[in-house]
Amino acid sequence: MKVSLGPILFFWPKQKVFDFYEKMLDTSVDTIYLGETVCSKRRELSTADWLDLAERLAESGKEVVVSSLALLMAESELSTLRSICEKAPVKVEANDISAVQVLSEKGLPFVCGPSTNIYNARTLKLMQEKGAVRWVMPVELSGHCLQTILQQAQEMGFADKIETEVFSYGHLPLAYSARCFTARHLDLPKDNCKFSCIDYPEGILVKSQEQQKLFNLNGTQTQSSDIYNLLAQKNEMKSMGVDVLRVSPLVEGTEQIIERFKSEDVSNENSIPLNDEFCNGYWYAKPGMDTVFESDLI
Amino acid sequence: MDVVVLFLQNMRLIFDKSKRVMELVCPAGSLPALKAAVDNGASAVYVGFKDETNARHFSGLNFKEAKVQSALSYARSKGVKLFVAVNTYSQPDGWKKWQKAVDIASDVGVDALICADIGVLDYATQNHPGLNLHLSVQGSGTNSASLSFYKDNFNIKRAVLPRVLSLKQVAQVAKKSPVDLEVFAFGSLCIMAEGRCYLSSYLTDQSPNTCGACSPAEFVRWQETDRGLESRLNEVLIDRYGEGEKAGYPTLCKGRFDIDGQVSNVLEEPTSLNTIGLLPDLDAMGIKAVKIEGRQRSPVYVEQVVKVWRQAIDDYQRNPDNFKVKKQWSKALAKVSEGAQTTLGAYSRSWQ
Repeated sequence: MKVSLGPILFFWPKQKVFDFYEKMLDTSVDTIYLGETVCSKRRELSTADWLDLAERLAESGKEVVVSSLALLMAESELSTLRSICEKAPVKVEANDISAVQVLSEKGLPFVCGPSTNIYNARTLKLMQEKGAVRWVMPVELSGHCLQTILQQAQEMGFADKIETEVFSYGHLPLAYSARCFTARHLDLPKDNCKFSCIDYPEGILVKSQEQQKLFNLNGTQTQSSDIYNLLAQKNEMKSMGVDVLRVSPLVEGTEQIIERFKSEDVSNENSIPLNDEFCNGYWYAKPGMDTVFESDLI
Repeated sequence: MDVVVLFLQNMRLIFDKSKRVMELVCPAGSLPALKAAVDNGASAVYVGFKDETNARHFSGLNFKEAKVQSALSYARSKGVKLFVAVNTYSQPDGWKKWQKAVDIASDVGVDALICADIGVLDYATQNHPGLNLHLSVQGSGTNSASLSFYKDNFNIKRAVLPRVLSLKQVAQVAKKSPVDLEVFAFGSLCIMAEGRCYLSSYLTDQSPNTCGACSPAEFVRWQETDRGLESRLNEVLIDRYGEGEKAGYPTLCKGRFDIDGQVSNVLEEPTSLNTIGLLPDLDAMGIKAVKIEGRQRSPVYVEQVVKVWRQAIDDYQRNPDNFKVKKQWSKALAKVSEGAQTTLGAYSRSWQ
């Protein structure tokens, strides 16, 4: 199975981004997604910088995909999207239907990202006909749902025309807003946010008043505080026909996570032991925050 | 000659005005609520079926097939349109339910079907080409390119814009939109882009997209404790109220949470959207319809809100250059608002 590195969801300084990808080139990751998907105000790297980086990384022989913004609210953001779709030296990941529109009009192949809301085989088929060559399942769907969608794709005769990718490790992107919650926390207006999310390289932890970890604020994006971890489901996914497992970047340890997902050895020693820091509820059609241990299933 | 020109100009003005009559689209979760909407000045009423095919899937709410027929007859008899929302995302096991909901809406002959799921829109387009399709707010169409996708592929006639756009951004979208636009005018405020929020399923396994429910009632628990009245959602503490504090429904984005020991409404306060003062701006942009949220609310809520908005729209249309928000309107709307507070939400840049 292939392992991919999702786009960096946080706002990191330019050099840190470059250093991070340098390190990733030394891993056995198959595909690297890169680009700004959360907030168009984050400009440590310009669009041109991202596209240059994509070109440079692609020379390594790894597959590179440029990820586009998930929530486009301004004309300027549409212009950036159009420019990405026009100039990208590699495939683009559509994270909004606007990107599907622009890419399909150009007749370009693309990846449907996790926020394009593909909940059923009929939608998937239409996306495939529009030019999608891979799709990432919405994070809130279960393994059972995925299996059924893939079975139906078989029956409808298009399963072999599109690859399936599953968000398998990292803070789950749960919501997008016009409001910047990092700025709100710091009592700053969004228009003068001082790009303060750069000070939170892995977000801001939100707990309940009883100290239960709940969410992770990342600018306009709200994530799960827990790390979603589907390493134990790797074989199950393989048998369903999943092609790619996505690991979402963290400041530390991403290389090791990639190697563990990439390894054929899924014995206990190589697995990342599940504990309460991890969640996997969505896979079992339970609350996303739940941690389901294999022993619970027997 | 001048007289003819003047006459033609006047005719155009009248024509433009009539074209610009803004529709008031009102919610109904029951037949009494529908009647309240129709009788108090709705231009159109939107309803959903009694299952998870619509985004207000609450027990005791919504319409069975036969009731939709009576709803339609009542609305039509008063010259009011009926829209049906089949606006959640169909999952593979339940596909037939969504298919059936579309079929029924088409058979009944509703004035518009409001959908979000691309698969559902595709089914409706292929099987019921005559259906008038609107893109639901759950479709998350926040820009002109996205709306073009839905127009080109499913020939949607109207889109409901998510409550994330500033007024300036609404104007930008309106300028380039290939379809008519409807915007939220009043009611509960979603602070996340609709159709892209899984906070509820993260805590409960049910989300607006999958089940048509946000922070569903079956997971809510209220408890009096020594520390105050606590509201919980699937056992997660959403808020705790001191004496004299007004308690609200534990919609999870409006809870009070902890960041580094500081407790606050981290995402949003309990508040309602109220854009009545923006009517002239929305009209100037060419917004075709304003929507009242609240299919889960009582017929009394519907009556009060619709009455105020009908007066406001009529006042505006009678005298567009001197439109003023009347105090009694604001007072009446504040009474039925969440937390008795209203906000312009994302329409105002400072909210963001």
